[in-house]
Amino acid sequence: MNIRRLTAVAVGLGMVGTLAACGSSDGSQGAGDSKTVTLVSHDSWAASKDVIAAFEKQSGYKVRVLKDGDAGQAVNKAILTKDNPQGDVFFGVDNTLLSRALDNGLFQPYEAKGSERIKAAYRVDQEQHRVTPIDTGDICVNYDKKYFADHKLEPPRSFDDLVKPQYKNLLVTENASASSPGLGFLLGTAAKYGDDGWAGYWKRLKANGVKVVDGWEQAYNEEFSGSAGGKKAKGDRPLVVSYASSPPAEVVFADPKPATAPTGVAEGTCFRQVEYAGLLSNAKNAKGGKALLDFLVSERFQQDMPLNMFVYPVTEGAQVPPEFVKYGPQAKDPETMDPAKIADHRDQWVKSWTSLVLK
Amino acid sequence: MDLTRTEVALRRRGAAARFGLLAVPVAFFGVFFAYPVAAIVARGLKADGAWHLGRIGEVLAQSDVRHVLWFTTWQALVSTALTLLVALPGAYVFARLDFPGKHVLRAVVTVPFVLPTVVVGTAFLALVGRGGLLDELWGVRLDTTVWAILLAHVFFNYAVVVRTVGGLWAQLDPRQEEAARMLGASPLKAWRQVTLPALAPAVAAAALMVFLFTFTSFGVVQILGGPTFSTLEVEIYRQTSEIFDLSTAAVLTLVQFVAVGAVLALHAWTVRRRETALRLVDAAGTARRPRGAGQGALLGGVLATVVVLLLLPPAVLVQRSLAAPGFGYYRALTSDDGGVFLVPPIEAVGNSLSYAVAATAIAVVIGSLAAVALTRRDAGRFVRGFDALLMLPLGVSAVTVGFGFLIALDEPPLDLRSSWILVPLAQALVGVPFVVRTMLPVLRAVDARLREAASVLGASPWRVWREVDLPMVRRALLIAAGFAFAVSLGEFGATVFIARPDNPTLPVAVARLLGRPGDLNYGQAMALSTILMVVCAVALLVLERLRTDRTGEF
Repeated sequence: MNIRRLTAVAVGLGMVGTLAACGSSDGSQGAGDSKTVTLVSHDSWAASKDVIAAFEKQSGYKVRVLKDGDAGQAVNKAILTKDNPQGDVFFGVDNTLLSRALDNGLFQPYEAKGSERIKAAYRVDQEQHRVTPIDTGDICVNYDKKYFADHKLEPPRSFDDLVKPQYKNLLVTENASASSPGLGFLLGTAAKYGDDGWAGYWKRLKANGVKVVDGWEQAYNEEFSGSAGGKKAKGDRPLVVSYASSPPAEVVFADPKPATAPTGVAEGTCFRQVEYAGLLSNAKNAKGGKALLDFLVSERFQQDMPLNMFVYPVTEGAQVPPEFVKYGPQAKDPETMDPAKIADHRDQWVKSWTSLVLK
Repeated sequence: MDLTRTEVALRRRGAAARFGLLAVPVAFFGVFFAYPVAAIVARGLKADGAWHLGRIGEVLAQSDVRHVLWFTTWQALVSTALTLLVALPGAYVFARLDFPGKHVLRAVVTVPFVLPTVVVGTAFLALVGRGGLLDELWGVRLDTTVWAILLAHVFFNYAVVVRTVGGLWAQLDPRQEEAARMLGASPLKAWRQVTLPALAPAVAAAALMVFLFTFTSFGVVQILGGPTFSTLEVEIYRQTSEIFDLSTAAVLTLVQFVAVGAVLALHAWTVRRRETALRLVDAAGTARRPRGAGQGALLGGVLATVVVLLLLPPAVLVQRSLAAPGFGYYRALTSDDGGVFLVPPIEAVGNSLSYAVAATAIAVVIGSLAAVALTRRDAGRFVRGFDALLMLPLGVSAVTVGFGFLIALDEPPLDLRSSWILVPLAQALVGVPFVVRTMLPVLRAVDARLREAASVLGASPWRVWREVDLPMVRRALLIAAGFAFAVSLGEFGATVFIARPDNPTLPVAVARLLGRPGDLNYGQAMALSTILMVVCAVALLVLERLRTDRTGEF
């Protein structure tokens, strides 16, 4: 009888065990296999199938992509798992969080083939080459064209405009501690008004009725009156912190496609974001990872990015699709900030910003 | 003489069997819950091989943290009070009144409980936010107030009260109250002195469960609370995932752990008190057609509440998902042109279903073993303690579990990090408590003498279980499985960290689609949410047909 009882228990255990076994045999195809290269990224990662297929054919590696939450979350998770990383290459750490990744030893050095074509303005870490710039985008205030036409009001053009009385209660932005466009906008104001001036600017912005919500989705798809989602939700804020590439996205994803973008970009409110990729410190397939990094800066991939991830290429000569030229040109003179300066001040700025604006 | 010896032997064997049965769930929770959670807490509080427990005091001394603690507690208290206020009349109506469509409606009110929070948050924004229904009708907007959070909490937890309290209420013998009235008591007095004392432990247990769920509320507060309102759970998520302050997150995890442990201990105590003998009758015989204006008004009021509070938010979702002509958003789900996924979004439906099936299998095996082991009333303190421990996953931060899985289960022999089984395992953690809570009361209701008789006649424990217990609990088992299935389908907090990106689950896919710009993505998110809601609703409607009267608390 003892034996039967043990059998019952063993059946129970065995079930879990078998499931686990199925699992690990299934999982092993990705982990240690030198034929597969794993890219860890954030949810916004996207690439055309044929472009990935071309890389697989040419390099002999199969690409596995792990999309790991939003950008900040993906970076933090990669750092947490760096001793036994989930993949070989991480893509999607931007200039606002770069120091966190480098300080925590997330990447190992590798200079990608073809990286000499990357525009000089985007290069960082030139001594060690732990990261490679892949794309760039501008975080800018977007406006609802219809609102401003209906109200016979000029849309704002600059940071200074946003605190003017005619734009009272019109702007919605994101929580700088939670959202990458929110943080980018904060850094934009810090770059524009300096260490001593940004807090005063935010006091005026707050007095002028800026609304802060947690994430980009809510700001853009719920609060903003110009986006498709926002229109549905009857958003009533005609100004939102989003991307310079959001207007083309409104056209590309609309069905049927409108003749012109329903939204525009306030040119003088932009902060330039650069996204990097790097070879993970304990990558199991470092060779494949290197090939993948070479591919990410290749012309084929660089030209494929814009309509997939709504970002701009970083290499000289890469073509930008006509939708981008037509509906969302890159900002001419965006604010920028040295990653080292961001590293030194980011946490303190966010903390001060939180008590200033949210409390 | 002979018989006594047999009895002693049986008892001893029973104790050993119980321990054997408990070993599996204990091992499961040790490896897949305690170990990962401990690993992530250690990561935050341990540096250079030494524990830094001084951090606990430092963190708790911060005014921001104390503010979070205060908000977490008071909103949970208010949410619980509000839920009781709104749902107790519902519990009465479902228990004592008979009306057409009652069974369907009872299943319908349970659907919110298993909906993913990301969907509910979005639906509530559409209802009480700007341009929402309330705004259009009366110009009322609640989206920046704590009211939106409280209402969503009532939406989620209405079913907990209706099922826990209503389930018992239906089985209370109405003749006892009638007898009191015959003896001259007023209706109120009869209710207060007869029914209320019998119901009180169930009300307390329901209130504690609602408190637990709202105390650890994550998605709702994150979406509706905006950046200003934050519960402990949301703060743990922010500190880990956004600010990357692991030591603060670890301290907050410990604080939540202690708080949840206290609530669960209280819950276990009320559950035990509830098991004191009540004269229970068949629920089918206690419900009557509403009589008089009072009961009619009550029924009307409850139905109106259900429509406004529970049906309207999902209806807004459905309406939005149909906004494109010719089911456009649904048709778009079958194509992968959007670039959000490597696969067409519709595949998330298949993924979710297969993950949920695996999670259900695990939860049912683990949960039933635990429930069988916990069945005996004379179970020792250790066993009773384990009963409460099994509930802990419901109250411990899903973020902590998700991250814990990633950093703890990454070495052989437990290198499951890239394995698909990780998702069902995490989902099963949340499913097990439901299985145990559903099975336990039914198992305890099986007359122990039947088992003893079978044993004395020479049946093995396995055969006793198969021939005595199983026929009686088969339905409960199905219902437990159904709940585990529905809860697994909707699980978001932990899944979002560990789901393989090429195999997104429905809630993860919804969240991703919501995170992308454009009309089509937004519409697809609404369409997928609707599909998820329908799958949950169908599962629950099937369960409702299986429901018996003594099937647990949920």
